[in-house]
Amino acid sequence: MPGIMTKILEVEDLEVAFRIGPAFGIGQRKELLGVAGVGFDLDPGKTFALVGESGSGKTTLARAVNGLQAISAGRIVFDGQRIDDLDARRMKPLRLRMSMMFQDPVGSLSPRMKVGDLVTEAYRIHGIDVDFRAETERLLSLVGLSMDVTDRFPHQLSGGQARRVGVARAIALNPELIIADEPTAGLDVSIQGEVLNLLNDLRERLGLAMIIITHNLHVVRHVADRMAVMYLGRFVEIGPTDEIFSAPAHPYTAALLSANPEPDPDRAKDRIALPAEVPSLLHRPEGCEFHTRCPWARQDCGDEIPEAVIVGQRRVACRFPLERGERPPADSPTDPPTK
Amino acid sequence: MSLPTVNLLTIRDLNVRFATERGELHALRDVGLDIGKERIVGIVGESGCGKSTLINAILGLLANNGRIDGGRILFNGRDLTRLDPKSMQALRGIEIATVFQDPMGALNPVISVGRQMRNIQYRSSLRNKEKDARSVAMLQRVRIPDAKQALHRFPHEFSGGMKQRIAIAMALMMEPALLIADEPTTALDATLEVATIDLLKDLQAGIGCSVLFISHHLGVIAELCDEVVVMYAGEVVERGSTSQVFNHPNHPYTARLLECDPARQAKRTRLLPTIPGEIPDLRHRPPGCIFASRCADHRSACQAPPPEIEVDNGHFARCIHARHHDENSRSRRP
Repeated sequence: MPGIMTKILEVEDLEVAFRIGPAFGIGQRKELLGVAGVGFDLDPGKTFALVGESGSGKTTLARAVNGLQAISAGRIVFDGQRIDDLDARRMKPLRLRMSMMFQDPVGSLSPRMKVGDLVTEAYRIHGIDVDFRAETERLLSLVGLSMDVTDRFPHQLSGGQARRVGVARAIALNPELIIADEPTAGLDVSIQGEVLNLLNDLRERLGLAMIIITHNLHVVRHVADRMAVMYLGRFVEIGPTDEIFSAPAHPYTAALLSANPEPDPDRAKDRIALPAEVPSLLHRPEGCEFHTRCPWARQDCGDEIPEAVIVGQRRVACRFPLERGERPPADSPTDPPTK
Repeated sequence: MSLPTVNLLTIRDLNVRFATERGELHALRDVGLDIGKERIVGIVGESGCGKSTLINAILGLLANNGRIDGGRILFNGRDLTRLDPKSMQALRGIEIATVFQDPMGALNPVISVGRQMRNIQYRSSLRNKEKDARSVAMLQRVRIPDAKQALHRFPHEFSGGMKQRIAIAMALMMEPALLIADEPTTALDATLEVATIDLLKDLQAGIGCSVLFISHHLGVIAELCDEVVVMYAGEVVERGSTSQVFNHPNHPYTARLLECDPARQAKRTRLLPTIPGEIPDLRHRPPGCIFASRCADHRSACQAPPPEIEVDNGHFARCIHARHHDENSRSRRP
């Protein structure tokens, strides 16, 4: 590693546009922005979390970083090298250095390959000659699986085992960056802990940088150094995890954190209720895009797009960032709380 | 807490076995639980603990290689294990309705929502117009905006949260006595998850049905359920009111499970707790305590089947270490 810490990843003003329609000659050609101008960077050995509702652009952003999704504007710089304009051939060597764990643990494994072949597939793709058996053994033991599973097909694995095979595949080539899309979704709490501990251990031992996408906020609080909250393809708040959890400044962040179900039946629920309807990406609201659901929205929030303001070490896309623990005004235009 | 006097569903000593290529699998062993009228009961447990098998046994939908090997499932006094397939079919969807994790699995993608909602009222003698009016009313109850318009739309035109609400509306259409909800919020985000839970609570109170709610999300169970049943490897290891079980877990598995939830870790930690070991092979069930191989507290006495001990009014734990609450507070075990 060079003397000065270089960023492993820098993303600037990234946009991903999807063209849709017309279908069967019906409808007009439209464009929607799945990711609408986001920027962040990542130091080696650090973990960055992306949170937000489904459809907010988390996975699209991750796929764009990994070169699986073409971008329409912006820059992606990996270890000092611009990668967003590389073709597949020139991208291939970089794939040695970054890997992805996909959302569906079983679905992301080829059903016709055995575990032993799956974990070493990357070596074959990149034409790297290693002792496959020894490498399989090393990777499986790293993720806490025994050699018994090498002859099994994905459908013969439990969810937790399939997830570990996914981790083994992701770390096979000693990457410097792992992008983990919902690495614990659908896993039981005890196994969820095992997978996260495993990733964390690798992060510490190998200096891995990680991007974790999840909607489990409790997980984010424990594992992420920094986080960004996405809404309709934009970051509404980005900064150190501790700061965001202790005093969310964007109303959407505050609502998201307050909605987190707590495993404590006696705890008083102090929820910030939001109207359930998320606007369509085809009809983005004018001005601040959250104002249609925001309990704090003021008359003129729909007039102009808010500039990001600095709160502590965070960037917050709101003209009126919240004070610590601020509650919505009584006459807020949201659904009345149920009960 | 007042306990229900009338039970809608009572399960006793239920055993389910599956014939597999590698021998017989004892999926449920001596499962017992009660669901009171108008109560919301949660089942929590990790994958493979038998939650889905239990639901399928209740619904009479066990796979062909599965069979009920003893035990009773009493629903409104009738033993469902002895019911013929035809009567069982008449019960499903009318008296017992279900909602599953994936709403798309419950909705037909090529038929409009209105047509589907009309179809599920096929047993009713109402005219189509009246059926549609009922559909609109139900969609409004699950807070679908423009409910009348929604009848003409197709499932893919709704967001994930709305699709799940439509699936709930369809399940509750016939005002069932029991709603079985199998991980209905797992695919939803935190804000939608909470909204769906609140909605379920409202509808349950409005209709006056009982709910059997299956989840591995402890937070959701704590929010929604009056009572909770903890399952491990096909056995009920602990059951009681939600506050009894969450505040005074008496089975070591329950205690470990609660510890493992990152939400219960007040202090930020990189190293999350786990439960070492694996679920035993259910083809070769140990005769004694099912959790013994992973339990830090296991003794030689755990080789024998543990009794279900009532540790408090309505709070049971299947563990030899379980103690009545009063004793427990006097001498906490090491």
